[in-house]
Amino acid sequence: MGELENKELFKSGHTACAGCGVAVGLRHIMKAIGEDCVIVNATGCVEIFTTAYPKSAWAVPYIHCVFENSAPVAAGVVEALRVQGNDHTKVVVISGDGASYDIGFGHLSGMMERGHDVLYISYDNEAYMNTGVQRSGATPWKAYTTTSQVGSVRKGKQQFKKPLTEIAAAHGIPYAATSTSAHYTDLQQKVKKALSIKGPKFLNVLMTCVPGWGTKPALSMQYLKDAVDAHVWPVYEIENGFLKLNMKPEKKPVETYIKGQKRFKHLNEQDVKEIQELVDEKWDRLLWKEKVDQERKAELEGHSGE
Amino acid sequence: MCTGVSGQVHKNGDGGEVGDIMKKTIEGSFAVAEVVKNCSPDVVACFPITPSTHIAEELDRMYTDGKIKSYTAVESEFSAISMLVGASAAGGRAFTTTDSQGIALMHEVLFAAAGMRLPMVIVAANRSLSAPLSIWNDHQDTISERDSGWIQIYCKNNQEVLDSVPQAFKISEETNIPVMVCMDGFYLTHLVEQIDMPEEEMIEKYLPKRTAEYKLDPENPITMGMYAMPTHYQGFRMDLHKDVINAGENVKKEMEVWGEHSGRKYGNGLWEEYHAEDAEYLFVGMGSVMENAELAIEKMRKEGKKAGLVRIRCYRPFPNEIVESFRGKEGVVVFEKDVSMGADAPLYAELSSVAREKGIETPLSSFMGGLGGKDITVEHIEEMMEKAKEGQVKMVWGE
Amino acid sequence: MKPANGKPGKSMDNKTGSWRTERPVVDRDRCIKCGQCQLNCPDGCIFVTEEGAKPNYDYCKGCGICAQVCPVKCIKMETEEK
Repeated sequence: MGELENKELFKSGHTACAGCGVAVGLRHIMKAIGEDCVIVNATGCVEIFTTAYPKSAWAVPYIHCVFENSAPVAAGVVEALRVQGNDHTKVVVISGDGASYDIGFGHLSGMMERGHDVLYISYDNEAYMNTGVQRSGATPWKAYTTTSQVGSVRKGKQQFKKPLTEIAAAHGIPYAATSTSAHYTDLQQKVKKALSIKGPKFLNVLMTCVPGWGTKPALSMQYLKDAVDAHVWPVYEIENGFLKLNMKPEKKPVETYIKGQKRFKHLNEQDVKEIQELVDEKWDRLLWKEKVDQERKAELEGHSGE
Repeated sequence: MCTGVSGQVHKNGDGGEVGDIMKKTIEGSFAVAEVVKNCSPDVVACFPITPSTHIAEELDRMYTDGKIKSYTAVESEFSAISMLVGASAAGGRAFTTTDSQGIALMHEVLFAAAGMRLPMVIVAANRSLSAPLSIWNDHQDTISERDSGWIQIYCKNNQEVLDSVPQAFKISEETNIPVMVCMDGFYLTHLVEQIDMPEEEMIEKYLPKRTAEYKLDPENPITMGMYAMPTHYQGFRMDLHKDVINAGENVKKEMEVWGEHSGRKYGNGLWEEYHAEDAEYLFVGMGSVMENAELAIEKMRKEGKKAGLVRIRCYRPFPNEIVESFRGKEGVVVFEKDVSMGADAPLYAELSSVAREKGIETPLSSFMGGLGGKDITVEHIEEMMEKAKEGQVKMVWGE
Repeated sequence: MKPANGKPGKSMDNKTGSWRTERPVVDRDRCIKCGQCQLNCPDGCIFVTEEGAKPNYDYCKGCGICAQVCPVKCIKMETEEK
């Protein structure tokens, strides 16, 4: 095969859907992590499309146990490695939004509170895609899923998306950040930065799901770029409690992102307007928070410099 | 000196040949923590639940004093067993203790850990399951996990628990099957009595450092916990089933080897008999109630009654050959502290099935009782034995 | 006795190219070797070579992301002839 050989740590031949945004993200994440790692994965799409016995897509040590326990399994790996005197192997969780926002939420919280040296990456495709698109705590407001259906009385998810990155940061962990599969430079830099920090780190990465979002496979990267450009998925990091927006694109209307996604096709003008208001409000809050945080940070650094 | 120890600590006077044995008077839980420490675990993770809490507290104290390498106070039993999965997969020796609701919360991961063939040890301080809530002893919690793929050892007293923990680590690490050592909550965990503590030096000679056949290692990467299509799934499950059956040989062997190291043995490891051979009637059961049963048998023998007992020590793998001891008896009383709602009692059902298969016609009587801490006394055991003489009975003991 | 553990990278045995209904065809004269296609491919199966981008059709599922992200639009999706 020679020049057309996949020499990466995340191999071809996995059975993700054509145009899977998660598979793109995994390639970037694995490039940034490198060989010296242990990957812990919750039950979900990634587990299914990479580990059908005996054909694994992983060229690094990998473990999957059940749906909700990737955080404590990773904590166990970390403790065993520590006792063995191994201070170099990185332990990284890669689990979906169902595992992270919902069923494994308490265990993730416990892992962060105890301070295990784990990088937890939530690949957020905004619903239970592996079981056929059911709503999760990560599903956006008004979106259609098979358990937030569009009917004559209610249309789509009635609740807002859980602010998991902020909740993670509120544990006082040293590093929490967001990114997407399409922003590979940002994503790889964040993985590397997180791995250079001791303690629990949380990275929330938006990744397209072709069947779940009802989008064209070829547009998987475009929708992620649009999500960032429309301020729907702000890209930021919270380092030692101080928030910084890594990208401040000139705002595109939310419609550019929503358009063409089947999960949003039932939305009327009023719905789009309401979503726009929500997005704007959240963006303004982030700007305000960044200002306050960065001023405070500069103040503290100024003091320590005296 | 360890908390919970009272009275004197001294060398066993004449036990020179069986290694360093220390006699001490100590609460069961603290003794368990000490023997776990002596087994040199790599990773310990626990969540407090009555009546296993003292074991966890003592292990935490040991970690604080640098006597064990790792201890994590997790946010649930579910996380405790999950940490053990990660630790064992990374090649570590892993331990936790729990019971009751904690075992039930672990249920999903118990199956997964066994299916992933990860060695680890739980000391289960047997307690009833809700509802209604009860903190007191019965065997419902661990019996409910009988199909999980774990080896289960039920102990009659604290000495046996201390002798079983090192064996459990060895059996588990040799077979890659996890092991549960079951001790009755409160009756044993909170009982202060004199024991011989298996000391570190002796255990070091008995229990080698773990060498994992497969583990998470960047030098030699493997994928663990894959999913299996219908072509493969049943094969893996049946392999585990066969291996759990075959592990009975390991249980027997380790009892022999441990016997040589410690000078103490409990039957053949799978079961233990007491005045069984010439008995007309047998009492069969598991756990600490069997010490009471020994007293009952002694009493009945003094009265000229030909009574004996057979204590099941290893419930999984189930020792089918045990029913040979029933052959030619007038009757067998099967007593158990558990219920399979809507069906015959599990131990009775299993023994009946195996006895029938082997053409043993001795009538078996089923007594369920002792649930949620209801006392089973020497007198009760005598009464059950008398009752069974009237013919085969199935009943609940003590409404 | 062995658990369901796997050897690394055995997924390469799955030739997922058979899924394809459209194939990416690269006009290498126009390819600027920027690497966008290689970076954004979910299956890690398009590579920038000295002659320009080349798909590995053993694995390419034909999603069309490469064609979509190509800044000079030198990749065309063509219906797969079976």
